[in-house]
Amino acid sequence: MAERILNGSEVVLQALADQGVEVVFGYPGGAVLPLYDEIFKQNRIRHVLVRHEQAAVHAAEGYARSTGKVGVVLVTSGPGATNAVTGLTDALMDSIPVVCLTGQVPTHLIGNDAFQEADTTGITRPCTKHNYLVKDPERLARTMHEAFHVASSGRPGPVVIDLPKDILVGKAPYLEPSQVQHRTYNPVVKGDRGQIEQALEMLASAKKPILYCGGGVINSGEQACKLLAEFTRTTGIPITLTLMGLGAYPASDKQHLGMLGMHGTYEANMAMHDCDVMFAVGARFDDRVTGNLDFFAPGSQKVQIDIDPSSINKNVPVDIGIVGDIGHVLEDMIKIWKAKQYKLDAQALDGWWKEIEGWREKHCLSYKQPKDVIKPQHVIRRVHALTRDRKTYITTDVGQHQMWAAQHFGFEHPYEWMTSGGLGTMGYGMPAALGVQVAHPDATVVCFTGDASIMMNIQECATMTQYRLPIKTVILNNRYMGMVRQWQQLLHGSRYSESYSETLPDFVKLSEAFGFTGMKCENPADLDDAIAKMLEIDGPVILDVAVDDKENCYPMIPSGKPHNEMLLGQETNGNEAIDSDEGMVLV
Amino acid sequence: MKETEISKHTISVLVDNEAGVLARVIGLFSGRGYNIESLTVAEVDAHTHESRITVVTSGTPMVIEQIKAQLSRLVPVHKVNDLTLSGPSVERELALIKVIATGEKRVESLRIADIFKARAVDATNSSFVYEIIGSPEKIDAFIKLMEPLGLSEISRTGVAAISRGTLTM
Repeated sequence: MAERILNGSEVVLQALADQGVEVVFGYPGGAVLPLYDEIFKQNRIRHVLVRHEQAAVHAAEGYARSTGKVGVVLVTSGPGATNAVTGLTDALMDSIPVVCLTGQVPTHLIGNDAFQEADTTGITRPCTKHNYLVKDPERLARTMHEAFHVASSGRPGPVVIDLPKDILVGKAPYLEPSQVQHRTYNPVVKGDRGQIEQALEMLASAKKPILYCGGGVINSGEQACKLLAEFTRTTGIPITLTLMGLGAYPASDKQHLGMLGMHGTYEANMAMHDCDVMFAVGARFDDRVTGNLDFFAPGSQKVQIDIDPSSINKNVPVDIGIVGDIGHVLEDMIKIWKAKQYKLDAQALDGWWKEIEGWREKHCLSYKQPKDVIKPQHVIRRVHALTRDRKTYITTDVGQHQMWAAQHFGFEHPYEWMTSGGLGTMGYGMPAALGVQVAHPDATVVCFTGDASIMMNIQECATMTQYRLPIKTVILNNRYMGMVRQWQQLLHGSRYSESYSETLPDFVKLSEAFGFTGMKCENPADLDDAIAKMLEIDGPVILDVAVDDKENCYPMIPSGKPHNEMLLGQETNGNEAIDSDEGMVLV
Repeated sequence: MKETEISKHTISVLVDNEAGVLARVIGLFSGRGYNIESLTVAEVDAHTHESRITVVTSGTPMVIEQIKAQLSRLVPVHKVNDLTLSGPSVERELALIKVIATGEKRVESLRIADIFKARAVDATNSSFVYEIIGSPEKIDAFIKLMEPLGLSEISRTGVAAISRGTLTM
């Protein structure tokens, strides 16, 4: 095939177009000026200008997580690239497919401490799935296509392509995506049939089985989520979801026990602790999920299904580890389960469900909404109730509000829940919402945030205004870094060191300064009206809700404790200090 | 083997010889807190630009499994082979050892070198540089014997290893 010779920037734009990219989140600078010039000359690819490079990556994550496509970022060299590092690490921890193009000083200046030079591939090596420095124009097109393949296949993740300015300006040949194949990188998608059969046999003999499912199911796609629902209903066994897995199975379904882990439900954690066969599906036994490993699900046999072999036997040894794509493996599991006419012991399963119903009786997420002060949980519940008839996407920042959103907002579908799970990045929420709203212009996008988190990427208000993105930001304002305050109360003798939000801005005036509506709500009686009004406004809104500043997030498994030693909010009566030096050293 | 028992493993890794590949491997070990006891690397196929990294590491069975899974996950990695588990293998290391001594000590070092089949590759009136090839244990033993005889400098290559018989990577 005759080679098409273009200039480097044209090759990059052509490759993006051929990869189906519609939007790029970025911020210009010296090293990427040739690319921005090329963006100016075309209208196939839309550029969304953020106000900080970290936000560009979070926006791309929101875009990716809510569509299943690859999110694309474009930033300049040096500070542009270093600012993107937090976002890249976030995407790596949560397995979000992102391709990040970074500018670089011309190849002949690399290593000379040139202006805005940073060792971008060196800095981003541990926080990307893979990265490239393109020094040879012959490799430019190939690298672009490879990057999309690596980012989106297997266990997805962020990929950086570092582009020296001379490569962008010089001539380079273009290759179509179909002309590029990777020699070594080829993830396994089909699970081993023998292992699947063994696993199902183990399940069929179980008396207290449980499905523990994570973000891997959502990464595998909507079809995988449907298959998960089919498998769960066919077998009739309880299912619990991780923070990243919310939406993979409908929250309202009676077989769903809610989220598990540190702030998971009582029934989910008790069922995990007491189960005899556990199927971990696209979940990685994170320390926030397992609690103390020495006491984790002590009497259980475990099956783990994951596309990433390094996730298997990493934290918790399992009896059967199946490497493969969740969708493919679930499809085989359903086929084999039906073909072999496996059945669980109905009586045992019935007994197991009765036990679970007993735990459910605790109503571990219940709270009392008094007349004088708004409970943060109530805000989440009311937003959920008032957005039920709309297509709604939720993003959060990190902290108490995040956990309350996870606990109280029932997610029925995949792709509707965007949160920073692994890295726990404050400042994720608003930029992620930008990406979601850009991908779904007609949907309702709500960002739950806290008074501390929102300050971490507050500059993105300008982006919301510029692109008229009608994001509804709800601040659960308790004048504290709530989760820090909660830990200080429980583990550090209520010494609230530096966790009080001393000087918060007036969020109403701040919103107005950025050119959109700001609202405030302090009275429980006004809450519904405020939410309804917020949803009706055609444009961005920040709704600042003053909530109970003493409210703690429960249930809670204190650090170092097993699943069956949860703290339940109702039982603690304000005398909540955890007397444990061990807990103090754990995170 | 007990879950908590730490054992030593020699792992061969075939990689694309591209910029940064060694940094990826070393960064993986340091970032995740794994040990490197020795590491060697060189291109083994000039045509396909493949390099072979031999790394000697230690850990519990779960950690060793993790190391191999994490290595396999790196994009430029072709193959990972645990020579310690995959059957008998040959391990060799080369060392250059400088001994500065005169008189009886100098003669004694030469005698021991002869026993170990070490070759003197440089000699002056007051020094030798010995070249010794063998298993790391043999080299350790030789170095120990040289200590009282004027041992002054050591340069070791680290282990290169390959499986015995017809088995290939």
